[in-house]
Amino acid sequence: MADIKNSLYNIRLFDELSLKKTPIHNLHPLIKLLTTIFYLVMIVSMGKHEISRLIPFIFYPMLIFVLAELPAYQIIKRLLFIEPLIIGVGILNPLLEQQLIAIGGFEISKGWITFLSIFIKYNLTVTACILLISTTSMLQLSAALRILRVPRVFVLQLLLTYRYISVLIEELFRMYRAYSLRAPQQKGIHKNAWGSFAGHLLLRTIERAQRVYQAMNLRGFSGEYHAKSIKKLNSSDYLYFAGWSLFFVIAKIINIPILIGSLFTGVIK
Amino acid sequence: MFQHKLEVRNLHFSYPHSHEIIKDLSFTVSPGESIGIIGANGAGKSTLLMLIMGVLFSDSGEIMVGDICVTKKTLPLIREKLGMVFQDPDDQLFMPTVYEDAAFGPRNYKLSEKEVENRVLNALEAVGALHLKDKAPFKLSGGEKRIAAIASVLSMQPDILIMDEPTSALDPKSRRKIIKLLNSFTHTKLITSHDLDMIMESCERTIIIDKGQIAADGKTSEILTNSVLLDSCGLELPLSLQNCTVCGSAKV
Ligand SMILES: Nc1ncnc2c1ncn2[C@@H]1O[C@H](COP(=O)(O)OP(=O)(O)OP(=O)(O)O)[C@@H](O)[C@H]1O
Ligand SMILES: [Mg+2]
Repeated sequence: MADIKNSLYNIRLFDELSLKKTPIHNLHPLIKLLTTIFYLVMIVSMGKHEISRLIPFIFYPMLIFVLAELPAYQIIKRLLFIEPLIIGVGILNPLLEQQLIAIGGFEISKGWITFLSIFIKYNLTVTACILLISTTSMLQLSAALRILRVPRVFVLQLLLTYRYISVLIEELFRMYRAYSLRAPQQKGIHKNAWGSFAGHLLLRTIERAQRVYQAMNLRGFSGEYHAKSIKKLNSSDYLYFAGWSLFFVIAKIINIPILIGSLFTGVIK
Repeated sequence: MFQHKLEVRNLHFSYPHSHEIIKDLSFTVSPGESIGIIGANGAGKSTLLMLIMGVLFSDSGEIMVGDICVTKKTLPLIREKLGMVFQDPDDQLFMPTVYEDAAFGPRNYKLSEKEVENRVLNALEAVGALHLKDKAPFKLSGGEKRIAAIASVLSMQPDILIMDEPTSALDPKSRRKIIKLLNSFTHTKLITSHDLDMIMESCERTIIIDKGQIAADGKTSEILTNSVLLDSCGLELPLSLQNCTVCGSAKV
């Protein structure tokens, strides 16, 4: 039961965080979306064995965490959930790529480098997405998508799916509560009841979603949501985007860690 | 405002594959009236409201709001005049904050953002929920949710308010608050409820629906004191009129 409650809380955590009022939250959603996309593209386009160039990119999520006053612990906890998935994706590399390379006197298979690179890339990209939705509400995000001329139906679909998930989880939670109160000795749901449980859940959520939809219709909803016209882009928005873009491009072209390293060794010499 | 009367004429309705739920209902609501609709479970009250709102469509008979007949074509017009508060406020509150939710309706009618803000703040103020403005609906108590749901309908400035069991599942204090609130509105009101004491306080006129038909239609003070009539429709006297449970002394 705690799990279900938690996942409901998880979804809503982002909802709540996105309502904060910090300099980052106040930025134009389009800018945040574009910056995030740019960040993702930069990271994904990084070479297969790249590690050192990725390191400066950690700076971006760190700064957002601080500026947007996000609870790092809760978000990192969420990130840990997908860690097994990331490891699963990358773990075959050490086996597939077995040429050895020497790093500082040690010899390791090249696959481990690839794995580490994948690991860092995934974590950075997922974190960037989480940060985007924790600093931008779903409504603002869909407004930004509309500015980018994403068709209305898709945006609406996104918005409603997002709402519908919480309806589903709530329904599940209620049914599970009703079930477990009458089956106190059981852990989870007995497999004999799975079928009817799932079927019932589907029917209930459909019914619920229908009522929600009716309520929307009764208030004049006609297939298009007119979100609050979001604020106009201002100079700080442009500056934010330009600043980060510049940083990403530089970090991609110049290997900053090596540069700093050689500066130091140069000084020592 | 309030110049629209509501007329229901010879309404018949049945759900697919079921017997007739609404059988030949007719009544008229004059502007400014507040009417309680009562009846046993399954009598067809919620169904009637859905028909009036144009969520369901009747098999025969008609519903007129002012001089407009409720049909698929006139729905946008009708829905601007009628506001419905659902039985379960969770069905109604789906935006991230109370403010956004109250703004949902007005924005759908493409009002300017200034006007939207005006209406939302007015509606929230009318129900005394300005302090809940930035809260997420799922974090509210049952009574607060109900109030927020009412505000989200008021912000559309409807002429006629339709409410399905507005006081169900509320504690006595919240219930009292809602009743006060309802009585403070000058809208035409159509309220279904099992809370007969609430109907006594809020509605001058009462309609009893029994198995899809009108069993009685008249002054609340007469209908709700008629224990024979109420009993035959599966209802009881309002609690405040029932004999004292401790000493048995009669009140009526
Ligand atoms: N979607 C549906 N499909 C088929 N039958 C339905 C449906 N919804 C309601 N009914 C039936 O219609 C009848 C009237 O239901 P309705 O919800 O209008 O009653 P009600 O007077 O609001 O009752 P309550 O006081 O319990 O809310 C009931 O017998 C019910 O079984
Ligand atoms: Mg009902």
